[in-house]
Formats: sequence, structure tokens, C-alpha cells
Amino acid sequence: MSAGERVWVEAVGITAPGLANWQAAREVLRGESAYAAADMPLPAPQLLPPNERRRATPTVRVAFQAAEDAIRASSLDPAALASVFASSDADLNIIHRISSALTQTPRFVSPTDFHNSVHNAAAGYWSIAVGARAPSTTLSAYDFSFAAGLEEASALVLADGFDTLLVAFDLPPPQPLFEKRPIACIAGVSLILTKARRPESLASLRCSHVHEASTTMAVPQLEELRHGNPALAALPLLELLALGRSGRVVLPRGSNAGLAVTVEPPS
Amino acid sequence: MKPLPIGAFTVTSALGAGRDAHWRALRDGTTGLRKVQFDTNTLDCWLGEVADFDVPLPEQWSDWDCRNNRLALFGLHQDGFLDAVAKLRARYGGERVGVFIGTSTSGVQQTELAYRARDPESGRLPDWFKHRYTQNIFSVADFVAKVLDLGGPTLAISTACSSSAKVFASARRAIAAGACDAALVGGVDSLCLTTLYGFNSLQLVSTDICRPADAARSGISIGEAAGFALLDPNADAPIAMLGYGETSDAYHMSSPDPEGHGAAAAMQAALTCASVEAAEVDYINLHGTGTMANDSAESRAVCTVFGTSTPCSSTKGWTGHTLGAAGIVEAAIAMLCIEHGFMPRSLNTRTKDPTIDAAVLLEDRYAPVRKVMSNSFGFGGSNCSLLFGARA
Repeated sequence: MSAGERVWVEAVGITAPGLANWQAAREVLRGESAYAAADMPLPAPQLLPPNERRRATPTVRVAFQAAEDAIRASSLDPAALASVFASSDADLNIIHRISSALTQTPRFVSPTDFHNSVHNAAAGYWSIAVGARAPSTTLSAYDFSFAAGLEEASALVLADGFDTLLVAFDLPPPQPLFEKRPIACIAGVSLILTKARRPESLASLRCSHVHEASTTMAVPQLEELRHGNPALAALPLLELLALGRSGRVVLPRGSNAGLAVTVEPPS
Repeated sequence: MKPLPIGAFTVTSALGAGRDAHWRALRDGTTGLRKVQFDTNTLDCWLGEVADFDVPLPEQWSDWDCRNNRLALFGLHQDGFLDAVAKLRARYGGERVGVFIGTSTSGVQQTELAYRARDPESGRLPDWFKHRYTQNIFSVADFVAKVLDLGGPTLAISTACSSSAKVFASARRAIAAGACDAALVGGVDSLCLTTLYGFNSLQLVSTDICRPADAARSGISIGEAAGFALLDPNADAPIAMLGYGETSDAYHMSSPDPEGHGAAAAMQAALTCASVEAAEVDYINLHGTGTMANDSAESRAVCTVFGTSTPCSSTKGWTGHTLGAAGIVEAAIAMLCIEHGFMPRSLNTRTKDPTIDAAVLLEDRYAPVRKVMSNSFGFGGSNCSLLFGARA
């Protein structure tokens, strides 16, 4: 595929162990401060109404934390943004609870668990929290979910003309599912993409399909993180954005396929 | 948008395998819903179960073996669809064809079975359980892409009951943005205890058969289905997607906005996208789940956009609510309506709810059908309306 049209990155957000937010992650990715692994407390996002904040699942909280980090850095109204929520597995805690409940007699599935079990739960809470009525896609592409989300978000910008929030997130499942799906850490990554270049624009992106190995991270701990959560497949892209450099990275798009992303800062 | 031709389509549900089975059941008013035993279900409810598909996958796909992927493969074998895919692959190259599949629960039934087989000592799941190839939401999209050797953008959309309507929108966007030249879209959702007991916990599963828009309606009947369509900009096809509209309610996680604002906005957006006036639409295939809340809110939304005279009906009295597959099933039915000049009645509806003002059909109608809207709404306030039309 030849390189597509460009979209502009308005803002970046992240929540991951040792990369608490974009400001902190930016310093690490620029090499200005060393990466320090840290236990990650479950985030307490601000945009959820107090009622919902208490009841919100860890999955929803991680997605919100990443989204809010980007929203804070942008003057765009979150209510006007389209959204893409990309997650390999969304809420495996709930799948675990429901699957366990179904082995019991009588079978009692919690109604709250069930409505939070949908893959688009985070998207639903987000639209309610910020009053967003624009299109919203929730998707999964296993370990390739970030690249799939970036393509869908770019298409919302390019084909349908929406400035778009992309949020990628996944969480480690509980045992016994962890043995089958060992997502190593909690993480969320977000981007706000716009059609027009704006004063806040950090860089433009152009995507194309390639058969090349994914770009790796030079710092071993960051490379480990990149493999530790599908959302953190974005790290090589975030590194270029942090450095404010032009360049090209390849993100995993399939077992033998990559999404090449060409990054150019505003001239 | 420019109309996007539908190169081929197929559908498999409780009504049978393939388009003809669906057309005959619609014409004859024969429901696919039955009171049947499924798995170890103990709930008293009607089910839209697909017949004859639940056999192990061929050896080369054994890792992928689960009810949902079995249904997917069975669905792909109907209506000469595999030949149509082969032609599409020859025309564009598999790398340029995207795969967009909607599902709400993918192969989670396999997880239910695995949890019953946990090791009593260690609690471990059995070795035969392959999370990636069965339970994971992406499994069905990955499986379809691998079986068909397609390598464009490949993803599963999972927005509950709007999932396989939204695949049409995402695929069209991907084509317009140049990520692929053509696309396979579809939806596959299969019966599982998670959805049966889950919807039951929300008091949405009826012990009665699904009766959309009925004054005494009492909830959904759950079904399963697989359906697929090819979006091919260069196809010489009789039917095209004319437009799509997607909105979010921003209201509640599991209840629709009673005023239907988000639903109305989705329908209006689809009309605007297609540059079509409301009065040009001949028939609306409703989401029409048969719950009190959905059918009332949807009627308000339809009346806001279309007034009270555009013929409409839900076909969930035939198929049941096939959840993440409902979008593709009802898109297929919309296309069958265009093909046959037919508008189905609201099956199982005895007395129309007097508070529902939309023109719900209580009798079948035979008349030229050139433009059909199909509505799909899901938990999380996810709304999608699609507009299909006969090509001039």
C-alpha cells in the first residue's frame, strides 16, 4: 500500500508502569530521565461522574486515564470528537467472574457485570462522561489492536472528517486466564488525531502496509514493556513523537504484517 | 458518499442456511424461534438456534475450534460466497481486501466449557482451551481472514448489538482512506450461557416468543447467526450501500435514551451521508428487539426523522436477536426486500402498542422497494443506521 494521506497528532496520552503520563513518558523517551519501573496504582480518572467513578471497573479507569491525559493537552472539546477504543481483551476480570458464576448452581450473573462485560463498555462510559454523541468504534485485533485502532481512527479523520480520539488499553487478566493470556502490565495509550494542522499539532502521520519486522526499543525495559501489553506496541511511535523528530516506525499489524507510520513534525 | 456496490452477500440464522431459506421463511411467515434445549440452559425462553453446523472444524483449524468459528465457516460456505471471495481476491489481491467482522462474544462459549473443566486442585484451565483462537474477540475476524487468505486491514468490531452494522461503516472508511481496495464485512455471534444468563439478569429475556412493537411485549429471544457481504467499488451489482450513520447516545450503559435522540441522529446521518431524503426511503428494518424500552424509543426516533407513514418492521420475531450478528442479518434481509419487492410484517405482533406511532407493518406488503434503512443499536448507547438501495 502506498502511503496514505496525512493526519495530524494533536496530543498524546499514556498510563503505564513507570510512564505515569505523557509528560513523564516524554522525558523517558527523550532520554532525559532514566526509565524507572514502578508499581502502578489503579488510576482514578477525573472525568467519570463521582457515582460512576466508584463503580467503574479497572478497565474503564485505565481507558479513561489514558484518554484524559491527551484531552488535558488539547483545546479541542472532547464532546465533539469521534472515538476509537482498541483493546485486545477489554475486561477479562468480568469474563472470569461470569464464567465462574456459570459453573455454580444456581447461576447468578451480576447484571452490572454483564452490562460492563461488553467490549465497548469504556466507550459507553466515555460518551456519557463527556457528552460525546459522535461516531465511536470499539475494536479488537489481539496483539495488533493498536495498529488496527490507528488505521480506523485515521479513516474516521480522512474519510468522515471527524477529529478523533484513539484509546488503546489492556489489563492483565486474573488467574486462571492469565496463564492463557499473560498480559504483563496495565497500560493505556491515547492519541488525538485531526484533519487540519493546528497550533498544538505535534506531528503528522501517514500509514502504509509493509512486510517488515516491527521497530524495537533500544532501552531493554522499554522493549520489555512494548511486548507486555498490546497498547504499548505504540511505544516506537511515541518515541518519535517525544523526540519531535521525523522518522518512520513499523508497528505490528498481523503475524507477518506491519503498519509503517511516517512521522513528520510541523515544518 | 458514492454508492458502494455489494458484490455478494449471504446469511445463515435460525431461518436456515443461505439467502433462499431466509426469503422463503419471510414470505411464508415462518419463525425460526423454538423452545429448544441449548447446552445446560435452564431458563425458560425461546431460542433462534442454527441447525446442522456444530461439528468440529477441519484438522488444520483445530486450534480455532469453537461454536462461533464453526458457525462462521458454515456461513461462509453458503450461497457460493467462497467463489465470490475468490474472484475478489483475484481482482484486487488478498492484501488489498480488508476483513471487518462484528461480534459481541466471539468464542466465549469455549471459555464457559473450559471453566467447567478446570483442574479441581490447581484451578488451571484445560490444555485444549486456546484463548487467542476462540475466546478473544479478534478470533473470528482472524479466522475468516486466514481461511479466505485475505490480508488487508483485519479487525473485529465489538460494540454489542450494533457490531455488524458498524463493519459496513468502518470498511467503507478504510476503502475511502485507501487502506484497502475492497472489503469483506460480516457478523458472527453464537449462543452461549454468558449472553443468556446475562440478558436474563437484566430482565430482558422473555419467556414468551419475541413480539416486537406488541402492546404486551416482554423482551428478547436470543438467536445466533453468521452473515457476510463483499463491498466492491467496481462490482456490477444490483444493490449498493448508499449511506451510514453512527452516533452515541451518551445516556446510559444498558438502556436507550427514551426520547431516541441518538437513534434519530444515526438515521438522519445515514440519510445525509447518502444525500437521500427521508421520503425516498421505502421501508425501515427496525432494531425492534421486543423490549419495552427499545421499541418505544426507536418508534419516537423513526417518527422524528420519517414521520408516521414510512412502513417499518422488526424481523426479530423470525430470527431472534442475534446480538453482534444482528446488523449483518438485517442488512441481508434489507437487501432481500429490495430483491423481491417485499416488506415483511412484524411477526408475532398481535396488538400494536398504541403508544408506538411508527407505521409498523402488521401485514406483509408486496411493492417495489428501492431504498431500505436498517437500524442497529447496542449497549453503551452505540447506534448505527445503514441505507441500502437498488442501483439505478
